[in-house]
Amino acid sequence: MKSLYSSAALSASLLLATAGFAAPPKETISDGVVKIGVLTDMSGVYSTLGGKGTQVGVEMAVKDFGGKVLGKPIVVIGADHQNKADIASAKAREWFDNEKVDMITGLLNSGCALAVQKLGGDKHRITMNTGAASTELTNGAWTPYSIHYVYDTYALGKVTGQAVVQTGGKSWFFITADYAFGQSLEGNTALFVKKLGGKVVGSVRHPLSSADFSSYLLQAQASGAQIIGLANAGGDTINAIKQAREFGIGQKGQKLVGLLIFDTDIKSLGLNVAQGMQFTSGFYWDRDNATRAFSKRFFDIHKAMPTMDQAGAYSATMNYLKAIKAAGTDDPDAVMAKLKSMDISDFFAVNGKIRVDGRMVHDMYLMEVKKPSDSKGEWDLLKIVKTVSGDEAFMPLSESTCPAVKK
Amino acid sequence: MGMSFQTVMSQVMLGLNNGVFYAILSLGLAVIFGLLNIVNFVHGALYMLGAYVALLGFTMLGPLLGRPDFHLNYWAALIVAPLVVGALGVLIEKTMLRRLRKFDHLYGLLLTFGLALIIQGVFTNYFNVSGDAYDGKPEVLSGVVDLGFMLFPKYRVWVIGISLVVCFSTWFVIERTKLGSYLRAGTENPELVKAFGINVPLMITLTYGFGVGLAAFAGVLAAPIYSVSPVMGSEMIITVFAVVVIGGMGSIMGSILTGLLLGMVEGFTKVVYAPASGTVIFLIMVIVLLVKPAGLFGKEA
Repeated sequence: MKSLYSSAALSASLLLATAGFAAPPKETISDGVVKIGVLTDMSGVYSTLGGKGTQVGVEMAVKDFGGKVLGKPIVVIGADHQNKADIASAKAREWFDNEKVDMITGLLNSGCALAVQKLGGDKHRITMNTGAASTELTNGAWTPYSIHYVYDTYALGKVTGQAVVQTGGKSWFFITADYAFGQSLEGNTALFVKKLGGKVVGSVRHPLSSADFSSYLLQAQASGAQIIGLANAGGDTINAIKQAREFGIGQKGQKLVGLLIFDTDIKSLGLNVAQGMQFTSGFYWDRDNATRAFSKRFFDIHKAMPTMDQAGAYSATMNYLKAIKAAGTDDPDAVMAKLKSMDISDFFAVNGKIRVDGRMVHDMYLMEVKKPSDSKGEWDLLKIVKTVSGDEAFMPLSESTCPAVKK
Repeated sequence: MGMSFQTVMSQVMLGLNNGVFYAILSLGLAVIFGLLNIVNFVHGALYMLGAYVALLGFTMLGPLLGRPDFHLNYWAALIVAPLVVGALGVLIEKTMLRRLRKFDHLYGLLLTFGLALIIQGVFTNYFNVSGDAYDGKPEVLSGVVDLGFMLFPKYRVWVIGISLVVCFSTWFVIERTKLGSYLRAGTENPELVKAFGINVPLMITLTYGFGVGLAAFAGVLAAPIYSVSPVMGSEMIITVFAVVVIGGMGSIMGSILTGLLLGMVEGFTKVVYAPASGTVIFLIMVIVLLVKPAGLFGKEA
């Protein structure tokens, strides 16, 4: 087989060489390689839900695509931004300027994501964000080269907020991670709570990556609110829920609501602690045959089921490569035009499309954590309570402040 | 926000709860710095290691020995973890730190910092960075007690109590007993103490082992409250060093009291202006260093 390939390659290069005599070949793939950079939290509070697993998703997509596009190799590189925006943007700059990186994905942490997306806009390089949540990414911080792929704080706040208020949770107290993401999530959720006649009685903001939440939890308890909304993620959410249980908060009258929860968080908490919690997700591994097939393959490599960020990174990469193939070039403008005109449909994205503001709109799911007695396996954690169509879940263009949206 | 008696008292309790961890860790650092003149940056990693001894002893030791039902229980872990980590400390002291004694503080700092990075790196490779839950909390310490002004978890009451006992016993041994006077004399003038027939190098090695054993003890105490994660030590160590600097390097009582005090200050900050809670200790450090460079309890050089 090998010799067959090499002779094919030889003849192809001969063909190219002879063609070269006639006219210089038009360069379709810049620098002769398509390079995808996975820049995300590889070691901190968010690394379990994203981290190396996001890179695994991207690498699987490249492999499934065949490792080459338009005859040129596809290379994946990864780096840890340590949840620091300055490190993220320095790394992205190095990648764009010296490493010939064509597209950056992952980008957990809205602070880092905003910095890298802006840089991508300046440098005319594509960013496909699968990790960060802030709606700012598709509004004020929009660039012609930015795509927000998996979820955002608007969809989380709307789907979860509505579900909770409609079942009687009218008064809220927020415990919020003190940076772009937490503020955005609190703001968006509060909006829907108020719209449906609920009220926000208070909030407290904590530094990212806090070990001790007891003080905030007692403030929430003292506020008398029915719902304690956790506008944080990853390790912070896990610690908050664990410690609430320790203090007996959330068992009598008051209820804890995690606004951004990943499968891996539930795994870490255990069903005993987490059972009955509802939250919104863009993906669940056990939804249908296609998601199960992908997730089993992912599990064999990564030893954990994929989160929405990790599965989303696969889908984003796959569609990026498809767009390059369809456009016949990796030129960012041509690829963006293709991405925004094609249907995004695979195991991850149901009824997906990328809007003019870079928002990938697809079905979202209201999830509920199973009771330990209903769980049939180590990763049998959640059930889908309700499927919410993308147009209903995400911010309508009429509310957008994105400069590309014509009013 | 208006502060009722209830709010104030519950924050005092929570502050005390965080404070005992600062106290017990900075105490270990103070003992090591006071007696060995080493800035022990590996302290946080050894605190993390203590928590992992408890976690792995509970979940993995049994299956490893071929007896799946065996769990190293919490009480045993409180003894075993400091011994295991203490032994590791002895090894570190004997093979590495000892060689640096002649040189500037900076070399010991660099070595221990490097060790901390290696230990943390290895654990990050094998364990969940967001942390694993420790399920070995004993039944007697589950649930809450009513303190009148708040419901407080029994486990945390135990942590505060036992930590204070350990801290003040350590202080007593070093400052008020004959053994302690040997230790202190051994660092001031090792030649003279040797002349009295005391094995000074062994004493120093054991002191280091004891200091890091304290860190492991704190790690076991922390395991049921916080998630056990490879980064739990590095998050703690920076704050704890600030505590040591504020208290005065090498002052035993200073490090205990400063630890408790700063835990409470941090607790109040969380009520008054929560976003500053991560920085308030460093702000205090700056002020203390400006006004009293040797620290609150340190002797002026």
